[in-house]
Amino acid sequence: MAATEVNPAKTVPSKLVLEQVSKWFRTSTLTVHALDDVTLRIAEGEFVCLVGPSGCGKSTLLNIIAGLERPDRGVVQADGQAIAGPGPHRLVMFQEASLFPWLTVLGNVLFGLKLINGLSAAERREKAEYFIELVGLKKFMHSNVHELSGGMKQRVALARALAPNPSVLLMDEPFGALDALTREQLYGDIQRIWSQHRKTIVFVTHNVREAVCLGDRVILFSPNPGRIREEFAIPLPRPRDINSVDLARYSTEITRVLKGYVQTEVAG
Amino acid sequence: MIARWLAAALFFVLLVAAWYLAVQARIWSPILLPSPISVADYVKSAVEDGTLWEATQVTVRRLLIGYGLGILVGLPLGLLTASSRWCQDTIGVLALGLQTLPSVCWVPLALLWFGQTEAALLFVVVMGTLWSLIIATDNGVRTIPPIYTRAARSMGSTGLHTWTHVVLPAALPFLLSGMKQGWAFAWRSLMAAEIYVTILTGFGLGHLLHYGRELNAMDQVIGVMLIIVVIGLAVDKTLFAPIEQFLHRRWGTARQ
Repeated sequence: MAATEVNPAKTVPSKLVLEQVSKWFRTSTLTVHALDDVTLRIAEGEFVCLVGPSGCGKSTLLNIIAGLERPDRGVVQADGQAIAGPGPHRLVMFQEASLFPWLTVLGNVLFGLKLINGLSAAERREKAEYFIELVGLKKFMHSNVHELSGGMKQRVALARALAPNPSVLLMDEPFGALDALTREQLYGDIQRIWSQHRKTIVFVTHNVREAVCLGDRVILFSPNPGRIREEFAIPLPRPRDINSVDLARYSTEITRVLKGYVQTEVAG
Repeated sequence: MIARWLAAALFFVLLVAAWYLAVQARIWSPILLPSPISVADYVKSAVEDGTLWEATQVTVRRLLIGYGLGILVGLPLGLLTASSRWCQDTIGVLALGLQTLPSVCWVPLALLWFGQTEAALLFVVVMGTLWSLIIATDNGVRTIPPIYTRAARSMGSTGLHTWTHVVLPAALPFLLSGMKQGWAFAWRSLMAAEIYVTILTGFGLGHLLHYGRELNAMDQVIGVMLIIVVIGLAVDKTLFAPIEQFLHRRWGTARQ
């Protein structure tokens, strides 16, 4: 059954293309080679998880796809166009609390919608309400951000990222700060929403099990410098339960490979 | 709520009672420490003959103009120093330096430049307010978690939109505490200026205080001091406290 190496889907046109992307971060005292020669193709509607220990460049790669950072070398394209900057087609859902505390839940979800031209106020409102309901927070529409629990906050962040209807959703360890039970609920939610709306999702995590639970493909990174080491296809049926035995087999296998690359550095 | 009010009232009643007893004990000459009753008499007579009301009006008008000018200039400059390295190295350093200068130090300069005029008073108030306001605004903007602007940029917000929709609202709690601090500085500067600058265009609370000293009228000195404290408190409770409460409800920040 072992996880197999795969070629990225060739039948579907690539939504995101990264060719030989390299990135360095320079400070006065040291230079970090964050990404080294990363090549990756992601198909339309694919759910790809980037896994690796801290400092392996997976978040940097996500920021590059988002257009928040620029690569020092290499080509990054979305729909065949070079990515020049951030935009509502590729939205990021961050790990930390990135919700705006001066806005209510509704105000936060409306924020991105207001930046889209050609929507009337009523249409914006309708979309915002739809996505707030989709993440199960209808009752909290007018709540202030600080009144919500951690899991609810990340649900709002998800609704905020989904509302402007991006074709690519970039998720940077979005559930990292949540407790296990809340996380499991959100795994269910995200799979349901993904199967309904078919976004292309790039999901960064250091949790192998989470990656296997969510991804069509799991891409393994190793640090110093950040490189892609291996890819695993996860052909399990959906919706997947993170506690299932089949899933555990994949994650055990991938964890074993991961440990081979990073040995003791995994802890971070 | 009522219990808190009662406790506060009791505290102040005890404070005045202690004062009264200290006067009764005749430890200090009554010329140096008048009894609360004679202070109250002074305040009563000053209210009745209109001196106090007039002086308060004159002072508060100066304060509002000076403070308003300080905010009008200080807020934008603080935003500038926080957003441009060049401004930080120039205006920022200037503000940091001048902020350490006690506002009363501006009085001699103001007197020589403007003479004994309204302008001299306003100048001292603006100088006393401006620099700390620049520093507070600058700090406020810098303390904003960068994740807010990243999230906004990722949703397509740029330039001016990011400033008005993200940076300013995110900095609001800091701006408010900066403005509060600015208010305290403005109040202090004005009192210093009124005590030292004798002018004929308006007789403020500081002047009342000054003449209280000249006339050896301790009841007037203490009475005016009390009025100054009460005005400071009233402004805090009516102007800043409601805004702070709103911020507390929205942001969930700790009450100060």
